[in-house]
Amino acid sequence: MKGATTSARFSSRKRRNLVWTVLAYASTALGLAMLTIILATLLWNGVGGLSLDVFTKTTPPPGVVGGLVNSIVGSVIVTAIGLALGAPIGILAGTYLAEYGSKSRLASVVRFINDILLSAPSIVVGLFVYQLLVVPVGHFSALAGGVSLAMLGAPIMVRTTEDMLKLVPKGLHEAASALGMPRSLVIRNVAYRAVLSGLITGVLLAIARMTGETAPLIFTALGNSLFTVDPRGPMSSLPLIIYEFARSPYAEQQKLAWTGALILTFAVLALSIAARVLSASTGRK
Amino acid sequence: MNVTTATQTQPSGLPTAGKEKVVVRGLDFYYGATRALKSVSMSLFDGEVTAFIGPSGCGKSTLLRVLNRMYDLYPGQRAEGEVLLDGENILASDLDVNLLRSRVGMVFQKPTPFPMSIYENIAFGVRLYERLSKSEMDQRVESALRRAALWTEVKDKLHASGLSLSGGQQQRLCIARTVAISPEVILLDEPASALDPISTAKIEELIDELSGDYTIAIVTHNMQQAARVSRYTAFMYLGEMVEFGDTDRVFTSPRDKRTQDYVTGRFG
Repeated sequence: MKGATTSARFSSRKRRNLVWTVLAYASTALGLAMLTIILATLLWNGVGGLSLDVFTKTTPPPGVVGGLVNSIVGSVIVTAIGLALGAPIGILAGTYLAEYGSKSRLASVVRFINDILLSAPSIVVGLFVYQLLVVPVGHFSALAGGVSLAMLGAPIMVRTTEDMLKLVPKGLHEAASALGMPRSLVIRNVAYRAVLSGLITGVLLAIARMTGETAPLIFTALGNSLFTVDPRGPMSSLPLIIYEFARSPYAEQQKLAWTGALILTFAVLALSIAARVLSASTGRK
Repeated sequence: MNVTTATQTQPSGLPTAGKEKVVVRGLDFYYGATRALKSVSMSLFDGEVTAFIGPSGCGKSTLLRVLNRMYDLYPGQRAEGEVLLDGENILASDLDVNLLRSRVGMVFQKPTPFPMSIYENIAFGVRLYERLSKSEMDQRVESALRRAALWTEVKDKLHASGLSLSGGQQQRLCIARTVAISPEVILLDEPASALDPISTAKIEELIDELSGDYTIAIVTHNMQQAARVSRYTAFMYLGEMVEFGDTDRVFTSPRDKRTQDYVTGRFG
């Protein structure tokens, strides 16, 4: 009799196992399918527009053949400004949290605020910088765009830097200190070096995030149909031009929006893959 | 300060000979509210090897970590009493701990090579204190590696990562790194407990060779090892220094019942 109930329980357990396994596989397949469809759509609509013009001509008015060079260069410049401002702050603040603040009250407050910033709506950050740097100056600028991207990128780097530095074994710290190495040197020469690829991964993820942002740039960098490298004035960028051209009634501009989306997506994808490869190599050590 | 008076406060069986390099007097140590060392007194003699033995948690590693103020890294840990290095109290709050650590080196249980080349592992510490030319540095690295009996094994791959070495080699690299900055005292915290028997034998030989030039303190769980490498042995139990004396005497005719029970393997 016991044998019968056992086997009934066993087969019901087996059935439930099957159901959950199928559900897990199905959700994975769904997620992957979405990604594949997005990439395929981008390729389908965007590849046709890829030509030398895209990389040499500026964004056109309706009815003119043009390219995206001002947006591509603009994206690089605005992201570079965001990185130049955000990376030192992010890495140093992360270092403070992991090495100096640790369990102090200030550190837990900073950590909490950083978590809020991590999930802050980017449009709010854009509006904040608009009030801070656009209104007083009287005009839009790439610099203001870079500042708003830095505010979105820095919290990512704060978090990854702290997490990475906490992975440094205590023994390594002690060994370096035992040689009489001052703390700042221990951090710079031993701790950073031990988790270097992890730190770079954090920076790459932040770049990927910043490169893809549109909302904070609408109120700051604004966009510009002319080619410019002057950070004091308005500047175009890929997300901005996609936003603008995707809503355009003109087929030529829509096509450029698709091409821009293709370039942007694959640039971000390449950065993410690079980050993955690097962090996998940290894990192995 | 007259350091010889220190022996008066030591527990039974005090050693007879030698100049005292480090004198510990009435040392209390606290992890937060927990008292881990209870008025410990003992000495390390110049150029001799002293072994700290005792069951887990008896305070032997704690005592070792006071001698280079390693506990300073952790807020909440504090030491009270006196620890004199050549007559100077190293527990003084105005003491430069980094300078102290250049005089009192330490090697840990787990080998801890830095994530850099074998050469850099050694040169890095030296550069903290001295400005050497390339050739002087090469010489320093070579002599440190020779001292640590590692030179012949690594001389053709000095620029390979220190992490690529075997565990025993890594530990000898750590010893080389410590020796390279010419400390006066070397603290070894169970330096061989993570190593295989052959590597352990090499480390023990090395300790033997280094004694004379350096004052050495070694924490070990292995009583045979203590008997093999040390001139003096300190037996600790529950944060107290129970017995301290010549190694031969402590192992053959311990004066305290607890020491006797421990060295004969009745507990611990």
